Amino acid sequence: MHESNLILEQKHNDHAHMEKKELLTEIEMRAIDHEISMVPYKKAAVIEALKIVQKQRRWISDESIDAIANYLEMSAAEVDSVATFYNLIFRKPVGKHVILLCDSISCYVMGYGKIYEALQKQLNIQFGQTTKDNLFTLLPNVCLGCCDHAPAMMIDEDLYEDVKEEQLDRILELYK
Amino acid sequence: MEQPLTKNIITGNTLSLKDYEQAGGYAALRKVLKDNSPQQVQQIVKDSGLKGRGGAGFSTGIKWSFVPMDENARHPKYLICNADEMEPGTFKDRLLLEGNPHQLLEGMILAAYAIKADISYVFLRWAYRKAAEIMEKSISDAYAAGYVGKNVLGSGWNLEMYLHTGVGRYICGEETALLNALEGKRATPRAKPPFPQVSGLYGKPTIVNNVETLSCLPHIINNGADWFRSLSVSEDSGTKLYGVSGKVKRPGVWELPLGTTMREIIEEYAGGMTNGYSLKGVLPGGASTDFLTEQHLDIKMDYTSVAAAGSRLGTGTIVVMDDKTCPVGFVHNLQHFFAQESCGWCTPCREGLPWVERILSGLEKGNGSPEDMELLQMHTQYLGPGNTYCALAPGAMEPLQSALKYFREDFVRHIEEYKCPYEG
Ligand SMILES: Cc1cc2nc3c(=O)[nH]c(=O)nc-3n(C[C@H](O)[C@H](O)[C@H](O)COP(=O)(O)O)c2cc1C
Ligand code: SF4
Ligand code: FES
Repeated sequence: MHESNLILEQKHNDHAHMEKKELLTEIEMRAIDHEISMVPYKKAAVIEALKIVQKQRRWISDESIDAIANYLEMSAAEVDSVATFYNLIFRKPVGKHVILLCDSISCYVMGYGKIYEALQKQLNIQFGQTTKDNLFTLLPNVCLGCCDHAPAMMIDEDLYEDVKEEQLDRILELYK
Repeated sequence: MEQPLTKNIITGNTLSLKDYEQAGGYAALRKVLKDNSPQQVQQIVKDSGLKGRGGAGFSTGIKWSFVPMDENARHPKYLICNADEMEPGTFKDRLLLEGNPHQLLEGMILAAYAIKADISYVFLRWAYRKAAEIMEKSISDAYAAGYVGKNVLGSGWNLEMYLHTGVGRYICGEETALLNALEGKRATPRAKPPFPQVSGLYGKPTIVNNVETLSCLPHIINNGADWFRSLSVSEDSGTKLYGVSGKVKRPGVWELPLGTTMREIIEEYAGGMTNGYSLKGVLPGGASTDFLTEQHLDIKMDYTSVAAAGSRLGTGTIVVMDDKTCPVGFVHNLQHFFAQESCGWCTPCREGLPWVERILSGLEKGNGSPEDMELLQMHTQYLGPGNTYCALAPGAMEPLQSALKYFREDFVRHIEEYKCPYEG
């Protein structure tokens, strides 16, 4: 399992047990059908299906795995083995916004460590954790491909380059 | 100095289809559809001496020549653009994807024509959100203009084109792992042979080429193989996108003649070291290349010269290590990355890399011993070329083995002083 999944803290443990068996929604099924039409056999659409469901529900629960497996005529174990391979498929709950902080080499040299420390202080969480108010999840990420503007991070789909500690307040405010 | 790939790129802007056409775009495609057979296109590219810009540096024309071309060849054949760029320290393909998308698409269509492909994909990493938006629009514009789709420009040849966005993992950039990812599987590499040219995506003949490699093609077709050869200042042909990151005055990426010296790139283009820092070492082409040091600054950044100096050109994006950064910490960061990104298929890679990471973690904190040095050295052999299914593990060993060679003193000080000498 990729590290980001390993270290994502299990938060809603009890909650998950109480949930009823989930089905795919109409929107999800239509989107998955479109993906199936693009590939030679259903199974080949599983990554797209995971992306589609995660987009609607923010993360992939065991129930979502079952629902996708059912729909694509695969075993749940098979769907899960794919889901846990990729670090941007979340198998545990994440907050409303996901912060991906680059921890690769150029950002290391340019001091991502300081940014990490500042984020830990401001949000009171470490890599893999979610804030109490469920607003932010903080994850490390490999090189974001803007090493000439290190340190770099993404919040959801937004890229931040040349990040400085004193800007963090203002940046985080945009997502509150 | 000619900069065919980037001359029309204005930082922060995207060349639209109209701009690209006005600058002579898609002329190469019209030309080959009228004048050249796929085999002739292969020959021109072979003659141009173009080598893959994705890291391995294999001749593009020769790579294509293994694709079955007779009428018994199995279809659909696939042409895939590798836009997974995740090698730490590498940020060159992003510029081409965001700045001149149609140059890449025209290159893809030309490559697809050369192997008579039916379907093409852009395999793009998730994090490149802006590029995803741009590619989505550019592909639909290319369809509308008749450059892809049924009956390309009235030639009778059909080519479909799709954008596929990944969901993470560095290993997806390895070309056979990429094929598994596209098929909806775990992205583990495949055993070779068979090679993708014969049995690739869904078992059909497939070529995977890098963004920069493909972006060279329209210019080679328009100006000829000899012109492309003449662009460089070394035995290798063409220009190269070189990048520099780390503590330099002006980090960035520049298209320069292949063979420009490392000194010129770092001192002139990147402006030299930031005040107060000096250069201790460099990774010449991303995280999986051997360190070079100050004594190597005058070597030419081409495939042959960098190899002769004991490293690899790799992706051509230089990571500079300064004198205030701890080499043990630096290498620890790299090995953490490789251990995390191992797909887990081969035992030496799956078990060895976390071991290396743990040893380095201890060493960095001052808890190391002389035996640790031997263990690290041993791993550089066990995880070296020939023991694994893909180049991830051998690539990981390159910066480690060269760090043990050039920065041994620093490792030893951590052991003898029971602490990191770079910390206060
Ligand atoms: C672990 C690993 C990661 C790789 N990542 C990339 C990548 O992100 N982009 C890329 O073009 N090539 C990458 N490669 C190289 C590809 O396997 C392949 O050689 C390349 O895409 C071929 O294109 P080219 O011949 O045009 O260079 C990677 C190789 C390995 C072993
Ligand atoms: S070397 Fe590592 S990444 Fe490559 S196939 Fe083997 S286990 Fe996977
Ligand atoms: S190392 Fe952080 S963006 Fe490349």
